[in-house]
Amino acid sequence: MSALPDGLDVHGTYRMMRLLREFEDQMHVAIARGTVPGFTHLYAGEEASAVGICMHLRDTDVLCSTHRAHGHFLAKGGDIKALALEIFGKQGGCCGGKGGSMHVADWSRGMWGANAIIGASVPHAVGAGFAFQYRGEDGVAVSFGGDGASNQGAGFESMNLAKILNLPVLFVLEDNGYAETTAASWACAGNPVARAAGFGIPGVEVDGTDVVDVWTKFGAGVAHARAGKGPMFFHVRVPIFHGHYEGDPETYRAPGEVKALRENADCLGKFRARVLAAGRAEAGALEAIDAECAGAAAAAIAKAADAPFPPLESLKTHVLSRSQEV
Amino acid sequence: MSIKTAREAIREALAAEMRRDPRVFIMGEDIAGGMGAPGEQDAWGGVFGVTKGLLGEFGRQRVVDTPISETGFLGLGIGAANAGLRPVVEIMFVDFFGVCFDQVLNNMSKFRYMYGGKAATPITVRTTYGAGYGAAAQHSQALYPIFAHIPGIKVALPSNAYDAKGLLTTAIRDEDPVLFFEHKSLYDLQGEVPDESYTLPFGEAAVLREGKDCCVVAFGHMVNIAAKAADQLAEQGIHITLIDPRTLVPLDTDTLLEAVENCGRLVVVDEASPVCSMASEIASLVATNCPQVLKAPVVKVNPPPVPVPFSPALEQAYLPQPEDVVKAVKKTLGR
Repeated sequence: MSALPDGLDVHGTYRMMRLLREFEDQMHVAIARGTVPGFTHLYAGEEASAVGICMHLRDTDVLCSTHRAHGHFLAKGGDIKALALEIFGKQGGCCGGKGGSMHVADWSRGMWGANAIIGASVPHAVGAGFAFQYRGEDGVAVSFGGDGASNQGAGFESMNLAKILNLPVLFVLEDNGYAETTAASWACAGNPVARAAGFGIPGVEVDGTDVVDVWTKFGAGVAHARAGKGPMFFHVRVPIFHGHYEGDPETYRAPGEVKALRENADCLGKFRARVLAAGRAEAGALEAIDAECAGAAAAAIAKAADAPFPPLESLKTHVLSRSQEV
Repeated sequence: MSIKTAREAIREALAAEMRRDPRVFIMGEDIAGGMGAPGEQDAWGGVFGVTKGLLGEFGRQRVVDTPISETGFLGLGIGAANAGLRPVVEIMFVDFFGVCFDQVLNNMSKFRYMYGGKAATPITVRTTYGAGYGAAAQHSQALYPIFAHIPGIKVALPSNAYDAKGLLTTAIRDEDPVLFFEHKSLYDLQGEVPDESYTLPFGEAAVLREGKDCCVVAFGHMVNIAAKAADQLAEQGIHITLIDPRTLVPLDTDTLLEAVENCGRLVVVDEASPVCSMASEIASLVATNCPQVLKAPVVKVNPPPVPVPFSPALEQAYLPQPEDVVKAVKKTLGR
């Protein structure tokens, strides 16, 4: 384990990871009550990836996400209340209740949205990178995909284009070991970093349980892309604490697997122990952050549960630029 | 104003919009041609030569050749549009949407709505369609109804050079994703085309002939087939109203329904395969709005529901001909 970098905002990092965890764990409880419509895919366990990456990003940088996007949304600066309202399908949600968990977005923060077609959003990040290069800006575009997306052709086409056009695109493969019920170890031939290398794209293995590792390696990647050196690839191995979707009986997992992951591969627990040991934070300060985040998540979820649904007139708005009569 | 081909008219629209708006760029397979190759640059200007010459004025940054990678570069165009650029992406043949349809179906058409009005995807996607060139089953289809079926995109289908320039200019300036369909036969069609830029509003049909006996609604290249039929019918004393909707989305239903009410008879001419075609849609529109005005059943003129054949004899038999339209109109008149 490397030393804690001086430049790392220890409290900010811990706070954001804790906020993501609290939100997802409390959503897990809320969903079990049956008041959340549709399908939700929780990010708990993977927080170090979103947080270690997004701490390097500006609002003007672009993030293209997946169906498992709550963490990306919050880490990119999205509003927790708007997130909760959207997941409940309520008025005031970040997409006006038209998107739901699988489409949460905050375009004002460069969070271009959850996209629930596996692999579909990868070329959009390439387009964002193209626009940065076209306008002579030093923005970067980050594409998140899972191990499932890593087998989609859209990803390979995107890597090829990003490389031949030398675009500032950072491909992040969040490998939680499962595409729905199917094991990545079975479904993915070869090695992800080697696949990227096949396109001439430099790639690195990242320990997604160690936010310092994510933060350090991704920081180098952002600098690389901002300097006009083209795309990079990150294979971030992360645990997943809940099922593919909420309600998933998870019968495909090994007995005791999740318990072991929570005990040994929890990015929050590891980071907490490390910053305390290094004397970079006081236990009391971290406990205060814990309470603050738990309160913020609880308030957002409670408010969303009680909020009104969107007005029915909104059914027909925003189909096209001028409201289309249907 | 001078006589130009539609190929020149489309090229003029692209060049004018690129001069006018630095956000506009064009992208596609071989739209210049010769990228990275040792020989001529701008070797093709697209397979039909439509974009030939734009490279010289605008350079490789704005005339972007791509690998054969439709999902990748259509998705790239969508992302660039989300980021505020104005991409004009060419999918060489409409048939090739088979390899990138997800980007149309689940992405460009959905963003504005599913992200609650916060996203805009002002992309124009040009593509060629249509039979008659011996290109067989995978390069000849007329798939525009599939796109009209999907909420969240606009669909333009010009039948002549003048409309092609005006509609394409409108498409590029539009805030929404637009699918722009160019029939292979369109490119060499000549017509009066102003040198300056102009726009044609979407959702306004053109009424090309006015007659009381039958209303004929035709789409894209079929407008020209129907016009030939109109000439033949006129020689026999039968006068039709000929309507070119020009855009499928939005569709000028007012003009269509008014013409049907005036004529009491309707023929729809559509190169698309008949099931769930535009012909079906127009027939449905009349059946659900003003069936009482019909003096005879609606007649649909489509190809048969088969893949496009190769042999010239078979392809000729596949495509609706002016004689088919003449027969259809006479059928509505009981002749």
